[in-house]
Amino acid sequence: MSAAVNNTSRNQGLALRRAIISNIGWVACGLGLLLVIGPLLDIVGVVVFHGISAFSIKLFTTTTNGTAGGLLNAIEGTLVISLGAMLIAVPIGVGAGIYLAEYGTNKLGSAIRFLSDVLTGTPSIVLGYFSYIVFVTTLGWNFSILAAAITIAILIVPYLARITEIALRQVPNTMREAGFALGASEPGVVFKIVLPGAVSGVVTGALLALAISVGETAPLIYTAGWSNYLWNGQLTNSPIGYLTYVIWTFIDQPDSQSHALAFAAALLVMLVVLAINVGVRLLVRRTKLV
Amino acid sequence: MKIRPFRLFLLALSLLIPAALCAVVLFLFTYAGQAILFNGLGFLSRITWNLGNLYGDPVTVNGIQVPQGANYGILVFIAGTLASSFISILIAVPLSVGAAIFLAEAVPELERNRPRWMPPVRPALSMLVELVAVVPSVVFGLWGVAVLVPFIGKYLAPSGSGYGLLSASIVLALMITPIIATTLLDSLMQVAKENRESAFALGATHFEVVSKVMLPMVRTTLIGGIVLALGRALGETMAVLMVSGGAINILPTSIFSPVSTIASFIVSQLDSAESDPTNMAVRSLAEIALVLFIITLAVNATAKLLTSGALNVRSRK
Repeated sequence: MSAAVNNTSRNQGLALRRAIISNIGWVACGLGLLLVIGPLLDIVGVVVFHGISAFSIKLFTTTTNGTAGGLLNAIEGTLVISLGAMLIAVPIGVGAGIYLAEYGTNKLGSAIRFLSDVLTGTPSIVLGYFSYIVFVTTLGWNFSILAAAITIAILIVPYLARITEIALRQVPNTMREAGFALGASEPGVVFKIVLPGAVSGVVTGALLALAISVGETAPLIYTAGWSNYLWNGQLTNSPIGYLTYVIWTFIDQPDSQSHALAFAAALLVMLVVLAINVGVRLLVRRTKLV
Repeated sequence: MKIRPFRLFLLALSLLIPAALCAVVLFLFTYAGQAILFNGLGFLSRITWNLGNLYGDPVTVNGIQVPQGANYGILVFIAGTLASSFISILIAVPLSVGAAIFLAEAVPELERNRPRWMPPVRPALSMLVELVAVVPSVVFGLWGVAVLVPFIGKYLAPSGSGYGLLSASIVLALMITPIIATTLLDSLMQVAKENRESAFALGATHFEVVSKVMLPMVRTTLIGGIVLALGRALGETMAVLMVSGGAINILPTSIFSPVSTIASFIVSQLDSAESDPTNMAVRSLAEIALVLFIITLAVNATAKLLTSGALNVRSRK
């Protein structure tokens, strides 16, 4: 009898301990989530708070002068570099994505996929340094838009290829077969049936790549240089400013004016990056494409 | 065999990706060649990085021109890279595992009795976690300089300076948590329903089901995600550069010591390396870049093997 009582109380103690441990576990997990999301909210808050107060018309109409003035040259530089990179990367990335999705189920395809993953995992500073020794010094382009755009293009092509491939694979095979049955050629099927069916996925990939290129810094330091002036239209031999440069160098200056410029630049970059990423995620969730 | 110009054209486009990768390795290697010969294996084990006398006449060692007194050693940067990455993993793993478990299991439970007008919270929360990954590195650095470094300098560091190993590790940890968390979240959602329900039927509490049944099942994927995050942390440049304090020629002694990582050191050396007339400093930087490439390649390959391994869980039907 007493043994049975002992047993029940021991069981009750055990059950209590298990319940307590479980609750502690849930609280710890919730804390983890809080510590992952909290800093993000703080980053956005800090950048918006300090960035907004630095906003003025002058910011968008004048160029940087030392560590004062506006950001017109940097905004223009970031736009030119990013669009230049997209111009180079989109045809290559989408083309590669089409190949991998449509004809890449062989060994060659998996080899390309693997090497593309390796390129994605390569630190961006390594790519930047590669461009420095090849384009900037060996080819003698010096700090220039072309060197910067090519570097960013190398960085984003693997993303574009991967997302395009995923998007194209969502198009059902029956649609391809129907196209071929109607006598369409291979390019006809790809461009008139498969690509239009996956267009939102491809556009998603391009937008995400744009967000990456707007936010990159490390590969540009060794390729774009920095300039206080607007772009003079030359592709080589003329350095160019960009927003992320302002963020990392001006925050190290002692005066509050340059800090304000750094936060304003960070706010602009964050606005573009977050707008693209939030927009794409909301849209993709609705259409369930990627 | 029929020649299909369209396919060949697309193949040529996609071959540009491996070509770019090969070009990166090949050019870094040829450019670093003389530096590799001059530095030897001691490159990895020497502590001092000294550009030598850039204004004197260069001396010739083994047929290679170098500035007088030049000595290139990167042990300090390797130590800084490994230390900051491993500490960041130590911080990031518990946070991201907790976050993933909470998102996968607790949030649906909490939401079950939500009023009809309330939209589900989980998509919004997991989107926030994903968004951490898209914040540019330099913005993390800015936040580190503006918020984290003053905080650590004021309350924690004995020297009063917040720039150092701890700040770098915390910023890195924040940057890599979404990688681990989303990998784990995806695989937790794919654990077979049968396994979950059998555990419940045996009388396990919900937390025991998660920690003793589901987590062991996705162990391999979790480790793969952690290694992937490690690869990202090793190559991270800007955020680390901005908050690490940039040490040269001295190994870190505590978590508050200033450090340099391989990646941040490459950026910080641009100006001084350019003033070397023999170019040996630029060549040695290329050798560093090559070392960084090889380290991240090895880590990422390990991650790929783990995440695509045969031990993955079956998908829930």
